This record gives sequence, C-alpha cells and structure tokens, in this order.
Amino acid sequence: MNNRLINWFKYASPQSFYPIAGKMIPWFWALAAVFGVAGLYVGFLVAPTDAQQGEGYRIIFLHVPASWMSMFIYLVMALWAALGLAFNTRLSGMMASALAPTGALFAFLSLWTGALWGKPMWGAWWVWDARLTSELILLFLYIGFIALQSAIDDPRRADKAGAILALVGVVNIPIIYFSVKWWNTLHQGSSVSLTKSPSMAMIMLWGMLLCALACWMYSIAVALMRARSIMLERERHTEWVRALLTSTNSGKE
Amino acid sequence: MLYWNSFSEFIAMGNHGVYVWGSVGVTALLMALEPMLLIQGRKRLIARLKRQFRAEKHDSSRSKD
Repeated sequence: MNNRLINWFKYASPQSFYPIAGKMIPWFWALAAVFGVAGLYVGFLVAPTDAQQGEGYRIIFLHVPASWMSMFIYLVMALWAALGLAFNTRLSGMMASALAPTGALFAFLSLWTGALWGKPMWGAWWVWDARLTSELILLFLYIGFIALQSAIDDPRRADKAGAILALVGVVNIPIIYFSVKWWNTLHQGSSVSLTKSPSMAMIMLWGMLLCALACWMYSIAVALMRARSIMLERERHTEWVRALLTSTNSGKE
Repeated sequence: MLYWNSFSEFIAMGNHGVYVWGSVGVTALLMALEPMLLIQGRKRLIARLKRQFRAEKHDSSRSKD
C-alpha cells in the first residue's frame, strides 16, 4: 500500500482525531468569544441606525449569521456524509451526526429572529414566502436526519441512511440561497453578494461579518465537542477508549 | 464612538425593543444551553463507561480464580 494513503487515513481514525479535537476546542471557544464580543459591540453599540428600518434592523447581526450557518453547516454535513458513503470511514458519519443538531439550532434561530424582524417591518410574523418556506424545510431536513439516525440501532447503517437523506436534501440549499432572485418574495434581497459590492454601510458589514465569524467558531467548537462524545460512545468496545477511561491519570479524557 | 446617547435609549431600540431583545435573548439562551447540555451529557457518558469497564474488570478477575 501507498504510504501517503495510510498517513491520510490515520487522521481520519477516531483514535487520533479524538485528542487533536480535544486540544482545539478551547481555542475555538476563545475565538468565538472574541469575535462575538467584537461583533455585538460594533452591531449594537457603534453602528448607526438604518434610515428605512430604524433600530429594528439590528436583528440583522443575528439573523444573517444564523441563516448563513444553517445553510453552510448543511453543506459540510452533506460533504461528510458523501465522504462516508465513498470511503466508508468511521469518522465521516460521526462528524455528520455531530453537525446536525447545531445546524438545526441555527435554522431555528434564523426563523425565530426572522419572525421577530418580520413583525415590525412587514406586519407579519410569518408569510408563506419562498425564502421562509425553504428555510423551514431546511429545519425539517435537519430534524428528519436526526430522527432517522436515532431510529436505526446499528450506527453504520444509521450513517448510510442519514447520508442519503442529507445528500438528497442538498438540493434545498441553492433554492434557499437564490429564492429571493428566482421568485418575487417579500424577503429582501441579499445584503452581501459575491459579485456586487455590498448594499450596506461598511460599519454594519463589519458587525455582521464579525458575528458570522463568531458563529463559525462556535459551530466548530460545539461540533467537535459532540463528535468527541459520539466517538467515545461508538468506540466503547475498542482498546483505546478502554485505555483512556481506565488509566490512572483521569481528567485527561 | 458609541451611537447611543443614553442607556434607556439603547434598551428601547426605537420602539423595537421587544423584537430586538427577543431575538438576542433566545439566541443567547440557546447558544449557552447547547454547550452546557453537551458537557453534562459527556460527563454522564464517561461515568457510565467507567462504571461499565470497572464491572467488566471485576467480572473477568473473578472468573479467573
């Protein structure tokens, strides 16, 4: 066998990933705190009011990062799921399962903050609009993924079933993203575009990007924490978990 | 540097206080709750596995005698 191949897969084994993840988690928490404080400071204390929407627009600093994360986590989850189906590595399924609840959390927060923003601006908590409905479907996809996995006892089979669901659901992500272009919707167009210069003031953009970075760091930290627990649970019959938990220098686990 | 003139103005959010603080509150609550539940679940899992390993060790040493 090729040496490079072996080295690559070495880090994909839970046994070597577990301690690395454990060392990385505090750093991601620290970064999440720094970006979060900076983003909220800029967004809620420094940024000026919006000429059209008044102070209610400040919900954007939570709503947009949460919505971005809900879509991005889904893509990463589907990527891990695809890797799991292709290479049958144990880590892939664990990572996909570790991401799903956090993705569901952000999808819920996106809908919640959206409702609280919609009420003062549109006069309605909810409308059956393309953007809102496709985001609701995203939340259902996450819940469906979690429910399907927990309904199957054998973790490897649960991974496969979940992976297929996750991959089929990927079609919903471009629908959410482009919904404001494809359909005539009540939801406003994107504030930040990859092709145009942003349609918002620089200071507001900074606040939003810092909050988005905080959500990224939070998501990585939380997903790694959940992945580590999933690893211990699923690998409890292996020698490395036994050695880790029965060794005398406890607290290192 | 700061946009607000007074603390009460900041809290009022130009009559949108309920909506803004409702968003902030629930976001903060859930983002604090998730890691707390994870830490708690992890502690419980480790305790359970340790108990299980101790029991197995005990069983296997008894069966050797």
